[in-house]
Amino acid sequence: MAAYLIRRLWQMVPTLMGVVLLVFFLFKWFGGDPAEVLGGLNASPDQIKSIRTQLGLDEPVWYQLWLFVKQIVTFDWGKSWATNESIANLFATRLPATLTVMVPILILEVVLAIPIAMYVAYKRGSLTDRTLTVVTTVALSISFLVYVIVGQYVFGFQLGWFPVQGWSDNLATNLSTYVPLPVFLALLVSLAPQTRLYRSFFLDELGQDYVRTARAKGLTENKVLFRHVLRNATIPILTNIGLLLPGIFVGSFLIEVFFSIPGIGREVLLAVNRSDFPVIQAVTVYLAVLTMFINLLTDLAYKVADPRVVLK
Amino acid sequence: MNTAANITTQSADGAAGSELQKSEGVWAAAWRRFNSDKVGLGSAIVVIAFLVLIVLAAFGLVAKNWQAEIGVPNAPPSFMGPAAKQATGAIDAPQGPNVDLSAVDPLAPRYAEWEERAKQFQTTEVPKAETLPLGGDRLGRDVLAKAIKGTEISVFVGLAAAIAATLIGTMLGAFGGFFGGKISDFLEWVYNVFESIPNILLIFAFAAVVGRGVGSVVIILALTGWTGMYRQVRAEFIKHRSREYVRSAEAIGASSFSRMFKHILPNVSHVVLVRMSLLTVGFIKAEVILSYLGLGVRVDQVSWGTMLAEAQSELILGHWWQLAAATLFMAVFVTAFSLMADALRDALDPKLRGLE
Repeated sequence: MAAYLIRRLWQMVPTLMGVVLLVFFLFKWFGGDPAEVLGGLNASPDQIKSIRTQLGLDEPVWYQLWLFVKQIVTFDWGKSWATNESIANLFATRLPATLTVMVPILILEVVLAIPIAMYVAYKRGSLTDRTLTVVTTVALSISFLVYVIVGQYVFGFQLGWFPVQGWSDNLATNLSTYVPLPVFLALLVSLAPQTRLYRSFFLDELGQDYVRTARAKGLTENKVLFRHVLRNATIPILTNIGLLLPGIFVGSFLIEVFFSIPGIGREVLLAVNRSDFPVIQAVTVYLAVLTMFINLLTDLAYKVADPRVVLK
Repeated sequence: MNTAANITTQSADGAAGSELQKSEGVWAAAWRRFNSDKVGLGSAIVVIAFLVLIVLAAFGLVAKNWQAEIGVPNAPPSFMGPAAKQATGAIDAPQGPNVDLSAVDPLAPRYAEWEERAKQFQTTEVPKAETLPLGGDRLGRDVLAKAIKGTEISVFVGLAAAIAATLIGTMLGAFGGFFGGKISDFLEWVYNVFESIPNILLIFAFAAVVGRGVGSVVIILALTGWTGMYRQVRAEFIKHRSREYVRSAEAIGASSFSRMFKHILPNVSHVVLVRMSLLTVGFIKAEVILSYLGLGVRVDQVSWGTMLAEAQSELILGHWWQLAAATLFMAVFVTAFSLMADALRDALDPKLRGLE
């Protein structure tokens, strides 16, 4: 186990280096001159020059890369170019809001999609099953934007069940007042495709010999489904959750924009509009690291879920 | 369709001796299967109709004047009839002739002169339509024309980005899969780097440096969306590179390039085609979102995304038609395209039928 962990961590190093190089050179070569972005339109040549010196832009490329790596390792990204807020502080204050919205979405998505998927997989080929396929295809062809625009209008503005948008400093108020509508709309969009995905996992398992054996033994259908099929379908389900997990840290930027939730996603979008490169770079690099660790954790979770899995 | 021609001639050569043994080519068989799929065929017709509309719009034959303000602001759709006149609450205009003020009006002596000068300039008052077929937007532009023009831009971006991503993914996948070794290791490394960054962040990072406009969106989507294609093409090339037909091509002295692109590629092109059609759908949706956020097309262009962005504020005032038009065009096209892609996959890759 320890050997496996060490090898996996060791394998992350080249990928991580690649991410750092990609982000560094993407902004270095194509991002325009940071000094001009920072100085604004009215900056004098002297000012531009002093900004260049301050950022180390006159140094050779390898030294700038070294500075960049140092920033990543020490978690010291300095300040946002646009707002002068320290980037560490930016992460610390925006992440809670993002998680407040995204964690309920992820949990509800999994908890609701699995039983529905199991039901439609069990009733394969029935009207429910076919209806789901058709609904998914049509529902997916409509942009997420439309759901949010219409949902906000109908439930927030016309019916007045929820506030149209807003946020507070209190977690309980946020969860009870501001979170329900975004979570509801996000689930409305994601539930059908997720169900369809889980359905295919269950279908794969339902055709297996052990299901027939279990039924032949005289087990009840509930036992067959929940004890045998669900347990065996855990691996693809875990893989899928592992894929969704990094997303909760970026948040759905669309939801954050629409509902004025002060989260990471909205911050990144603002940074893109303001050419605030350090913020984008920091989020990209750390999210990549996080994604790699989540992948590793998913692989470890396989072992817990299924003792037959051998990690090597 | 060069590849299709290749394969048909090959099979014709093979069966030169006896007509009876002539076997069906890959594309002929696919076409037969596609033809029997009513849903696929119907959706293909819808897609083709849209493509014709797009070509017409691109050459300026329809929706050329989408920017002309031909209706009253927020003109309702024709079937709803003109909007009810709103009570302006102004004082009624006084009846009878104007009171003669020329004795005290200091400007009175110059009125005649100004009237003379005003005659030199013609202002033509174009009558604005009270209703438009699918309504008008905030400026009184025809929503139908905008939707057609928006379809042109959105679909063009989706298709162009899908073609570009396909080119990148196929080239890299072919090299990685065919040669293996150091090239493959390097490309796998690049792939892992791109995969480790969440897609939306990658798109944002590229959007931050590339800038705005149709070309930029195509570049951003292509550079961030090639990875799936690469992976699949690579797997296919690994599978095919040691097959007999490739080895016999090598034996008769075919170069690596010729084996890769003349022998293997036509045999895996169905995989590429299916993956490309799936990419198109994804890219169209991505373009809509980017344009909505202002990271997409320029302000003097229209796409489904910019229409939705305008529609959001119109909806609050009860003007739902622009939202409905953009949604309807997008839903019909994307549904038809997805169904066509599914049918294409079933026709070209019968093994995959029934799997999602």
